[in-house]
Amino acid sequence: MTIIEFKNTSKSFGPLKVLDGVDLSIDVGEVVVLVGPSGSGKSTLLRCINGLEMITGGDLIIDGLSVTGSARQLREIRQEAGMVFQQFNLFPQLTALDNVAFGPAKVRGLNRAQARETALDLLEKVGLRDKAGHYPAELSGGQQQRVAIARALAVKPKVMLFDEPTSALDPELKQEVLNVMRALAEEGMTMVVVTHEMGFAKQVGTRLIFMEHGHIAVDGNPREVIDTPPNDRMKDFLQHV
Amino acid sequence: MEMDWSVIIDFLPQLLEGARTTIYITVVGLLGGVVLGTLAGLMRAYGGRVLNAIAFAYIELIRGTPIVVQVMFLYFALPVLADLRIDPMSAAFLAIIVNAGAYIAEIVRGAFLSIGKGLTEAGLAIGLPHWKVLVYIIGPLAFRRLIPPLGNQFIVSLKDTSLFIVIGVGELTRTGQEIMASNFRAVEIWTAVAIIYLVMTGTLSLILRTIEKRMRIL
Ligand SMILES: Nc1ncnc2c1ncn2[C@@H]1O[C@H](COP(=O)(O)OP(=O)(O)OP(=O)(O)O)[C@@H](O)[C@H]1O
Ligand SMILES: [Mg+2]
Repeated sequence: MTIIEFKNTSKSFGPLKVLDGVDLSIDVGEVVVLVGPSGSGKSTLLRCINGLEMITGGDLIIDGLSVTGSARQLREIRQEAGMVFQQFNLFPQLTALDNVAFGPAKVRGLNRAQARETALDLLEKVGLRDKAGHYPAELSGGQQQRVAIARALAVKPKVMLFDEPTSALDPELKQEVLNVMRALAEEGMTMVVVTHEMGFAKQVGTRLIFMEHGHIAVDGNPREVIDTPPNDRMKDFLQHV
Repeated sequence: MEMDWSVIIDFLPQLLEGARTTIYITVVGLLGGVVLGTLAGLMRAYGGRVLNAIAFAYIELIRGTPIVVQVMFLYFALPVLADLRIDPMSAAFLAIIVNAGAYIAEIVRGAFLSIGKGLTEAGLAIGLPHWKVLVYIIGPLAFRRLIPPLGNQFIVSLKDTSLFIVIGVGELTRTGQEIMASNFRAVEIWTAVAIIYLVMTGTLSLILRTIEKRMRIL
C-alpha cells in the first residue's frame, strides 16, 4: 500500500530548481534511506512531504491527502508524518516530559493526565524515562535527539521523516540514536531517513535512493547498490562518506 | 544664596500629586502602548505585505518625529484637521500610547524573530497551526528576551511624560514649574523633582530586574 507518492514533483526557490520532476512512491513499512551530495535536494524532498516547503509543480500525496490542499489538510498530513531534525529543536522552556506531552495535548486533544502517560511511555521506549524532568539544556545531544524522536512519535504518525538525525552528534552518541531508529523500523514504522550512516542503511534500510541535482539517480536495495554502485558519481560519493 | 530645604516639605504634597498624575499617564499609556506595539510588532514579523506595510509606516512615522511634535499635533493640529477636540489628559495618554507603541513594536518584532526558525518548524511539524506555535512556543520564549528592552522603553516613556508641560497637563514637571514660579526656589524644587523621578524610575528598574531574575533567558 502506497503512503507517499511524488508525482512529477518539482520545487524551486526562485530561479533555482531544487527538485526536478521527482516520481517516487513509498509503501507502508519501507525504510527508505536518502543519500546524495550536499545541495542535491535531500532535505527539500523530505520537507516537502510534511509541507515545511511548498511544492511548486506536480503533486505529492501523503496517505491520500495532497500537500497542496487546505491548511487543515496540511496539518493532518503533519500529524501523519512526524519529523526529526538535525538540530533536535526541542522546546527549551519545557522539560523532556512536557516536550513529548506537548503534541498529544495540543494536537491530539488528550487531557493532561493522558498526555503525560503517553509521554512517559515514549520516554521509556527511547530509554529516557529517568530524564523526564530534565530540560533540554540538561541533556546530552544524543539524549535530546531521543527525546525529539519521542516527541514526534507522541502524535502517533504513520510515517517518520529523519533529516540527518545523527550529524550533529559525537560519534559515541550516534549509536544510541541509531538504535532507537532501528527498533522503530523493526516495529514496522514507515521511515524516510537522510543520513550518511552507510552501516545503518545496509542493516536497517529496505531501499536506498541516491539523489543528484534534484532527481533520483539510483533507487535500489541498499546492500546491492552500496556494494556495487551502479553509477560513477555514486561510487565517488560513497568514497567520501 | 541661602538654601531653604523646608520649602520641599511644604510643597511635597503638591509635588506628590504631580507625581501621581505622571504615574497615571505612564501606566495607562504603557498599557495601551504594549497592546498597540505587540500588534504592530507581530504585523511586522508575520503579517502579509499589506499589514507589514501599515505597521512599517506607523513605526517610521513615529520614530522619525520628536514626541513633542507628536503631542502638539494631537492637541493643537488634530482639532483643526478633524474637528476633534481632545482634553490635555487624553492627548497625553494618546501620545504615550502611540509613541511607546512604535518603539515597543520594534522590540516585539526583534524578540520574536530572534527565536530560531527551527523551533517554529518543530511546532508546525507536529501539526499545530502557526498561531498556536506563536502562542505556546515562540511567544513565551520571546517574552523573556522582551523584558530588558521593554523595561528601557518604560523608563523612557515615564520621563517623556514631562513633555506634557507644553499642553498644560499637571504632571510632576509642570507642578515643579508652577511652584517655582511662585517662590523662585529653583534649586530646592528642581532637586526635589529630580529625586522623585529617580525614585519612580528606580522602582521600575527594580521591578523589572526582579522579573528578569526570576525568568531564565533561554
Ligand atoms: N529556503 C531556501 N531558499 C533558497 N534556497 C534554498 C532554500 N533551501 C534550500 N535551498 C537550496 O536548495 C538546494 C538543495 O538544498 P537541500 O537543503 O535540499 O540540500 P541537501 O541535499 O539536504 O544538502 P545537505 O546535504 O547539505 O543538507 C541547495 O542549493 C540550497 O542552497
Ligand atoms: Mg540537508
